Amino acid sequence: MAKIYVDNIEYEVPDGKNMLEACTSLGLDLPYFCWHPKMHSVGACRQCAVMSYRDENDTRGRITMACMLDANDGTRISINAQPAKDFRAGNIESLMINHPHDCAVCDEGGECHLQDMTVMSGHNYRRYRFQKRTHNNQDLGPFINHEMNRCIQCYRCVRFYNDYAGGGDFGVFASSGRVYFGRSEEGTLESEFSGNLVEVCPTGVFTDKTLHKHYTRKWDLTSAPSICQGCSVGCNILTSERYGKLRRVMTRFNGDVNGYFLCDRGRFGYEYVNDEQRLTRAAQKDQNSGTDAFSAMKDHLASNPKLIGIGSPRASLESNFLLKQLVGADNFYNGVSAIENEVVNEVLNVLVKGNVRTPSLAEIETYDTVFVLGEDVTNTSPMIALALRQAAKNLPKEKAFALKIQHWNDAAIREVVQDEKGPFYLATPYATKLEEIATSSVHGNTKSLVQLSSKVADLISKGGDHQEDNDFAYRVANALTLSKKPLIVSGCGMMSKEIIRCAANIAGALRNAGKEVGVVFSVPEVNSLGMALLGSAGSLDDAILQTEKESGMTSIVLETDLFFRTNSQKANSFFEHSGKTILIDSLENNSTPNADFILPAGTFAESSGTMINNEGRAQRFYQVFKPNNDIKSSWAWLDMLMHQAEKERNFDAIVEEMANSVNAFQPISGLAPHADFRIGTQKIPRASHRFSGRTSMNADVNVHEPKPPVDEDSPLSFTMEGYHGKAPSSDIPFFWSPGWNSVQSINKYQIEVGGPLHGGNPGIRLIEPSESGVSSFEVNDGSADNGKIEALPSWFIFGSGELTAKSQAIMKRIEPAIISVSSATLKNSGIEGNGKITINSGEQKLTLPYKVDENVPAGVVLIPYGLADTMGITFPIYGNISMD
Amino acid sequence: MEKPLTEHIKNDGTPLSLKEYEAKGGYEGLKKALKMTPAEVLTVVKDSKLRGRGGAGFPTGMKWSFVPMGDNAPPVKYLVANGDEMEPGTFKDRLLIEGNPHQLIEGMIISAYTIGANMSYIFLRWAYHLAAKRVLAALDEAYKAGYLGKNILGSGYSLDMDLHTSVGRYICGEETALLNALEGKRANPRNKPPFPQVSGLFGKPTIVNNIETYCNIPHILAKGAEWYISISKSEGGGGTKLYGASGKVKNPAIWELPLGTTLGEIIEEHAGGMQDGYKLRGLLPGGASTDFLTPDHFNIKMDFEEVAKAGSRMGTGTIIVMDDKTCPVGMCLNLEQFFAQESCGWCTPCREGLPWTAKILLALEEGRGKPEDIDHLTFQTHYNAPGNTFCALAPGAMEPLQSALKYFREDFEEHIHTHQCKYKH
Repeated sequence: MAKIYVDNIEYEVPDGKNMLEACTSLGLDLPYFCWHPKMHSVGACRQCAVMSYRDENDTRGRITMACMLDANDGTRISINAQPAKDFRAGNIESLMINHPHDCAVCDEGGECHLQDMTVMSGHNYRRYRFQKRTHNNQDLGPFINHEMNRCIQCYRCVRFYNDYAGGGDFGVFASSGRVYFGRSEEGTLESEFSGNLVEVCPTGVFTDKTLHKHYTRKWDLTSAPSICQGCSVGCNILTSERYGKLRRVMTRFNGDVNGYFLCDRGRFGYEYVNDEQRLTRAAQKDQNSGTDAFSAMKDHLASNPKLIGIGSPRASLESNFLLKQLVGADNFYNGVSAIENEVVNEVLNVLVKGNVRTPSLAEIETYDTVFVLGEDVTNTSPMIALALRQAAKNLPKEKAFALKIQHWNDAAIREVVQDEKGPFYLATPYATKLEEIATSSVHGNTKSLVQLSSKVADLISKGGDHQEDNDFAYRVANALTLSKKPLIVSGCGMMSKEIIRCAANIAGALRNAGKEVGVVFSVPEVNSLGMALLGSAGSLDDAILQTEKESGMTSIVLETDLFFRTNSQKANSFFEHSGKTILIDSLENNSTPNADFILPAGTFAESSGTMINNEGRAQRFYQVFKPNNDIKSSWAWLDMLMHQAEKERNFDAIVEEMANSVNAFQPISGLAPHADFRIGTQKIPRASHRFSGRTSMNADVNVHEPKPPVDEDSPLSFTMEGYHGKAPSSDIPFFWSPGWNSVQSINKYQIEVGGPLHGGNPGIRLIEPSESGVSSFEVNDGSADNGKIEALPSWFIFGSGELTAKSQAIMKRIEPAIISVSSATLKNSGIEGNGKITINSGEQKLTLPYKVDENVPAGVVLIPYGLADTMGITFPIYGNISMD
Repeated sequence: MEKPLTEHIKNDGTPLSLKEYEAKGGYEGLKKALKMTPAEVLTVVKDSKLRGRGGAGFPTGMKWSFVPMGDNAPPVKYLVANGDEMEPGTFKDRLLIEGNPHQLIEGMIISAYTIGANMSYIFLRWAYHLAAKRVLAALDEAYKAGYLGKNILGSGYSLDMDLHTSVGRYICGEETALLNALEGKRANPRNKPPFPQVSGLFGKPTIVNNIETYCNIPHILAKGAEWYISISKSEGGGGTKLYGASGKVKNPAIWELPLGTTLGEIIEEHAGGMQDGYKLRGLLPGGASTDFLTPDHFNIKMDFEEVAKAGSRMGTGTIIVMDDKTCPVGMCLNLEQFFAQESCGWCTPCREGLPWTAKILLALEEGRGKPEDIDHLTFQTHYNAPGNTFCALAPGAMEPLQSALKYFREDFEEHIHTHQCKYKH
């Protein structure tokens, strides 16, 4: 700890901080622009100027930038000294000379850091009388709006996009007062993390284009704490609504998970919530709708038909749990393919039985050596890729720290590091984007990657120095063995149980060698691991077999489009053999026409629940609004069906029942405050105290003020009435603090800036390894399909996600479905010329255009996962290819 | 009077060839240095009281002493010559490079040997085409003669040297911006610390010195520190200095004179005084980014201490003379437009403050000045003061303006009250 003095008051702060961090952590208001808690200091904007003094006898002091000043023992500054205040006011005045006076029509208005800092710095009279400089704006694609005239040149955008996230198609151009941030030519931003520019930019240069389509000011948004459903990472998000439409998604800071950032699938993939294809009414095929339809369903269930339930990895734990209770454990199936079920169960198996810990997303950034096996994390779990990009900087950064360069001195660290990365090794079926930062990489089919990774595990177990050998496996084994903190990353992307075991075995070998090793698995969907923990009687394939064996059962299908999960032949067979089918889902899809009954399910915007991410972290999401139709949380429908009730039980009751009946879920009852939680006597409002129009929003329909909806399931209220102080960390509906209207107000919710939220970061880990765990799992080298072509999925951040792919902005980024294959493979199969190729395994057959990609290993073809033309394929396919 | 740096430069405009240079005692300093240890060479340079000739006057030996040496020192180090010379009114390095490129090369080899660098770069101003040509030819000769490359003169010491021609930005003269430019990055300055001696070019220990500084080194080694101090008239530093004068003087030129020669002597004797019909109103003693001095300062010594005491900086030692028929506001406008254009755009005061300053001065010149403008110009000189900005560019830009406001305030006021510039009529 260091003793510092701010305006003659003594404080104790942790060592190694700069004065801006220290002051901000102490809750003092000191304006800034270029500094960012995750990207640290570069001293560009000069807004955090303070007076610094040599000692208590120094009465003159000098202007110093707090962000570049060590918070050492005895550091003495003044924030309030007049020269510092004058300087900061003058600095804001300078920043404002070219800034447009367009706050009233700017999307950032009301949550603009520049507005806040202008007020805080005390500049209020314009002296500049000359013309403003103007810039041309660029079309940066469907996600981001660009308005360069508003730029105050803090350089945060380029530092995030290039330095932090590894982007290469964005930069800073020109010099002097003409500095320009954008692309060398107009076009879509290529980074998977471009949306963070919206939050990184302190003003309205980069704004959310999807929000703009149905724009609402921050203060008029009703917001709720939620969990992104775009992949298995479970980033914490804020959802915001007005007039029954989901308006946008923003980052909800969680220091253990996604911190300050989100990927573009998570941020912009919400628009399906507002889609016209939404199911909004309870319905009975060709007959009733609304209450009557639901009564008919209850009546049908009252006749005690034999039931079969299809659960879903994209439905909440509560919904799946209640379905399992309703249909009985023996009749509850996981709605994914046999192979996916097997692979996900294997992930759970090695995490539960193994002796290696799986780190949180935030912890991934702390490892120093990485080996990625089989997984294209940039496309399956993008935020893991962003975390890995930070991990790859750790060892190179040590060189800077050895030169006594401070941890916060960002530009100086990068100067020492230069382009050095890693050690970072990749062994994947195709070239992934992380190869930009890889020390070395190889590509192979499942068999060769299993062999390679088995060899790596073997070499580590044997120990010793293999430096003389330049073979890839030796190099990986050496790097991991030399590492202090190695990380193995894999996942279900190749749909191979063996790959999962191989990754676990490498990690286990390192654990046995005494390393502080971590292992990370990406699983296919937001609640895949939760489903595995809940347990089921089998996969969708098993369920289909069961209905074929015993036709006429009433099936209850929860948030599953069978045509997305399996081929249409099997899906149709399921519906043909089912008696009545009750489908609970949010969007019309190929399964809905086959249902006898439909219950409209809330998406993450209209429902609450618990999800378990790839780390085994249980996280709560809350509905942001009550829709004006039949839509309910799936668990609510199931509860009403189960109890033949007109109304569902309270959410806490269901969580309690679940926690009591599933041992692994015991801790979940303490995940967040219960519905009866109050601060004083008040609930936590989802809307800000400035929210306008509550009493008149419905006036075009009825002039009577409607009673605000009541949330019986959480401590949150749907209106602005309630306690406006800080909510418990799991239940923060939006970030705001007096004088801090922008996302920078997160500072005020943290114990120290960039650190955990007051009250601890939300979420509970359900899986921890045991010292006596298994370090080695048996691997079968998978050589059964010799001589056949192996078709593996290629993953796409935009397109491979079932629901996000139905969002308008995302749709603009989806690539056409094309098979990738190397020329050698084509030649071996006797294929020449342009056209389409067919892959045929006997059981599955698919015809698509193809493109030659020499990075694809011989004997492998890649088929995009989950696109409209490729959904329902079960990977891997072993077969042959021919010209169509 | 000794003129070690320039005495051999030929009058016919051609550079000294390697043979000619060797005939005048060239590379003797290097031979002597290579027989000494780097630490011994460093001691000589420290004893000589050589101070950097780029403008800041930092003691050269002390600068070098911060480079990590010994067995644990980083294996890769760099030495860089700053030949960016884009300071308006300054053209001393050009004379040295064009006239005697081997003197520079020899100085750099000795310096690189002292800090243990094996790679060196000459960073040259874009417009210096002739100098570039001559450096390349001299490098070629030096490599062939074994002064550069592997195992120099059998000493076991190796050094490579390359020429890098800039694309032409004033900020590249700032040593850390220069290093970024040399790396192919934007020429933005870096924060210090870390200093380049610790993390410089490509993050490795690096020494950057001015061309003229390096040109002193061979002579210090050849003739010793005591001799070097003896040829100076300054208390604060040894050696000679290249002084220059431009403007309406009779004989605008560059002269090598003892460090500490008085301002009056340079203007009156060497520059020959003002041209007929002109009176000297003020002068910038060391390039565009130094405060104005006036004829009242003629008796001060042109060295780092005395010029500073008089409220300015010796800078590059190349004087820009302002006569009585030149508008001080117009001169400031000219300078501030230059500095505003050359700001790298990194920090707010410089990026926003300099264009604003230039716009106000233009308004004054065009008769659009307002009474509050003088206060605002004064504000800018404080706002852009040293420490407030990221590097020294903006504080330098404010030096002529703040002193013009002091010495020629009536001109600013007159522009505002009469809504015109009287010098234009």
